[in-house]
Amino acid sequence: MIRYRMRHCQRPALVALTAIATLGLAATAAAETLTIGLAAEATSMDPHFHNLTPNNQIAQHIFDNLINQDEAQRLVPALATEWEPIDDLTWEFKLREGVTFHDGTPFSADDIVCTFERAPNVPNSPSGYGTYIKGKTVEKIDDYTIHIKTETPYPLMATDVSTIPIISAAHCDATTEDYNSGAATFGTGPYKFVQFTPGDRIVLQRNDDYWGDLPEFEDVVFRPITSDPSRVAALLAGDVDMINIVPTADLETLEARDDVALHTGISNRVIYMHIDHWREQSPHITAKDGSAIDNPLRDQRVRLAISKAIDREAIRDRVMEGQSIPAGQLLPEGFFGVSPDLEAEPYDPDGAKALLAEAGYPDGFRMVAHGPNDRYTNDARILEAIAQMLTRVGIETSIDTMTNSVFFSRASSGADGQPEFSFILVGWGAGSGEASSPLRSLLATHDPDAGMGASNRGRYSNPEVDALLLEALGTVDDARRDELLAEATEIAIGDLGIIPIHYQVNTWATRAGLAYVPRTDEWTLAMTVTGE
Amino acid sequence: MAVFILRRLMQAVLVVLAMASLVFFGVYLVGDPVWMFVSPDMNQADIAAVTASLGLDRPIWEQFGRFLWSAAQGDLGRSFVFGEPALGLILSRMPATLELATAALVMAILIGIPLGLYAGLNPDRLGSRSIMAGSIVGFSLPNFWVGIMLIMVFAVMLGWLPSTGRGETATWFGITSSLFTLDGLSHMVLPAFNLALTKLALVIRLTRAGTMEAIHQDYIKFARAKGLSHRRIVFVHLLKNIMIPIVTVIGLEFGTLVAFAVVTETVFAWPGMGKLLIEAIQRLDRPVIVAYLVLIVLLFVVINLIVDICYSLLDPRVRLGEASR
Repeated sequence: MIRYRMRHCQRPALVALTAIATLGLAATAAAETLTIGLAAEATSMDPHFHNLTPNNQIAQHIFDNLINQDEAQRLVPALATEWEPIDDLTWEFKLREGVTFHDGTPFSADDIVCTFERAPNVPNSPSGYGTYIKGKTVEKIDDYTIHIKTETPYPLMATDVSTIPIISAAHCDATTEDYNSGAATFGTGPYKFVQFTPGDRIVLQRNDDYWGDLPEFEDVVFRPITSDPSRVAALLAGDVDMINIVPTADLETLEARDDVALHTGISNRVIYMHIDHWREQSPHITAKDGSAIDNPLRDQRVRLAISKAIDREAIRDRVMEGQSIPAGQLLPEGFFGVSPDLEAEPYDPDGAKALLAEAGYPDGFRMVAHGPNDRYTNDARILEAIAQMLTRVGIETSIDTMTNSVFFSRASSGADGQPEFSFILVGWGAGSGEASSPLRSLLATHDPDAGMGASNRGRYSNPEVDALLLEALGTVDDARRDELLAEATEIAIGDLGIIPIHYQVNTWATRAGLAYVPRTDEWTLAMTVTGE
Repeated sequence: MAVFILRRLMQAVLVVLAMASLVFFGVYLVGDPVWMFVSPDMNQADIAAVTASLGLDRPIWEQFGRFLWSAAQGDLGRSFVFGEPALGLILSRMPATLELATAALVMAILIGIPLGLYAGLNPDRLGSRSIMAGSIVGFSLPNFWVGIMLIMVFAVMLGWLPSTGRGETATWFGITSSLFTLDGLSHMVLPAFNLALTKLALVIRLTRAGTMEAIHQDYIKFARAKGLSHRRIVFVHLLKNIMIPIVTVIGLEFGTLVAFAVVTETVFAWPGMGKLLIEAIQRLDRPVIVAYLVLIVLLFVVINLIVDICYSLLDPRVRLGEASR
């Protein structure tokens, strides 16, 4: 009802009669409720049910982690105040004292033990937290000290732990249904759970006993509005105060309005081309006359030619409306493990042609590029632009885009369980906020037994990169690990294991008078929305 | 009558079975749903574990057999995405869709029949011509576009109505609906009108055609000669006689309103089952897709049955036994 009154306030002339009575109330109430329109909906209130952005961002309001990630995904103390490795295999965490859950029970080490037991074992979970928990044993030392032990030295301990929401030991046996109904939804976070109506709304209320800074808004309502134009219209109509994922096509219109404010920030997501590195003959590549040829993409010069033929600035300006930053590696600068020396490959069509001629393809070849058309910002249009650019230097490229449910299945295990395509557009968001995540999944040699290269759909393989990465994954010393990851990135990008295109830039829009701190992990958090 | 209904229900079981297998194998052909759920940081072993926990590692025949076995016991499976029973999930979204479809249908009838009657009785007036031209627009404009335009005009520019979402609900005689609150109704107007638009055009055209045909019939002339008032002729004799095609069409159309309100629900962020379906399709949430379509088949069977029974009530010459052959 409060939100509705706000609408009235903005147009007193139209509804003067009904509004007059409520104006006094509205002036105070308007400052306290924040309504946010989200592009994707959380599927559950159970923080351990599905490890996915729409769920995680809601969980972050209600639950704290031991360590939280700030807007640039740096690790900041939350329920743990200090953490350090005390020997090669043991990390010690000092827990925050005096914290209570929303149901009044005090927080202690028992809650961590319970969380680590429950999180990887939620029934029917389509993707849980096993990835971050396996191989770790939690040991309670006293009420406010825990040790987490691993079998091998494990530097990513703090990063892994920063992904896991902590639940109360009092509700350790609660089911997903109990969390959805609110019967067990008690965290220590800045907001308390009020209501979850799937498809309609999630309502939260400020936790005035929060241990950290109190958020400005007392009541928060999240509403899923998946259709892009409707989400923008809901903001313009004043039905919501804020939306995420502003479509690039609407940016210009919104920028021109003085009742809307835009908040833009770079994300941890790189858009890149993955290349068939391993097949002698690649299924979607032929000579220009249609005859079979050996896979030209296995020649480093051809891959470099492709990279040089792509005008990343033109894509930024004409396809992305400025919402991208040309990329030269796996993560933007400022993240852990990136190389200071890698720049986006400059546009050089003549150089590309020369390289193609040198590699024995003076007339180019014919290729089909594949990609999703509903997964990343403007994905199909980026691929179209790239195909045109490649055709200009002689690689006659046509495109085949498809919905992401079809694309990822075929791109990962299409023909005989092997990746089906030759040249694909994909994206990678580094949830961990550091370079080992994309290196391990995209560029390490595909090896199911070792759990490496799970998303290496080009089957790039370089023992040197693997060795550096393995060393980094066992190096607890931050400075040394930073160097090792940067070095591995330099070699893999020098090989053009993948061809980076750009880092995605995300925009949130609010009504004028609100400020938001954009996050690299693309999360929308009510805690960091402030009035001016 | 009983035999008729029984025979219909047996047919329904066959249709449901055919539908379920088509959809089951169809979704299987689209792709492997696991890729839609797993988080990117997972390695191969984690992905394999998820695949196994959802039963997707089994051969498709075995998966189908298991589905049939539990379906026979009334369990249509759990949603991959929500982890809840698919049928319960759909039923929980059903009231929102039903109220929207009902509001749309009422709108189409209350506006459509009077306009159609007017146009049929006075075919040459300017007003009638405008109504018919308008009904063509109602047919031919894409639903999605009209929805956005309605939002832009009535919510963004004029600010009269809320743009998206379902309003407050209230419970009355055990039914929880947003039809019972002012806020709920104001949220309902735009999506219901958008959903009603094509049906409205249809009702106008049917009513007009029926009126123009019936007005020259002998019984109307006779009624006139008898000296009955114009009002009584139109609203009793004429209207009753043109209702059969309208009832048929409205009945079937109610089914499509409920089953495929997808576009309107998406544009207006309406928390109904159409939105659930489209999201399930996008995420290859097979149990939800299958359960939804099974439910819709049953819905159509029931509606057809009701329409047939209505016939026999409206027109005593119709015999149900013969209608089914």
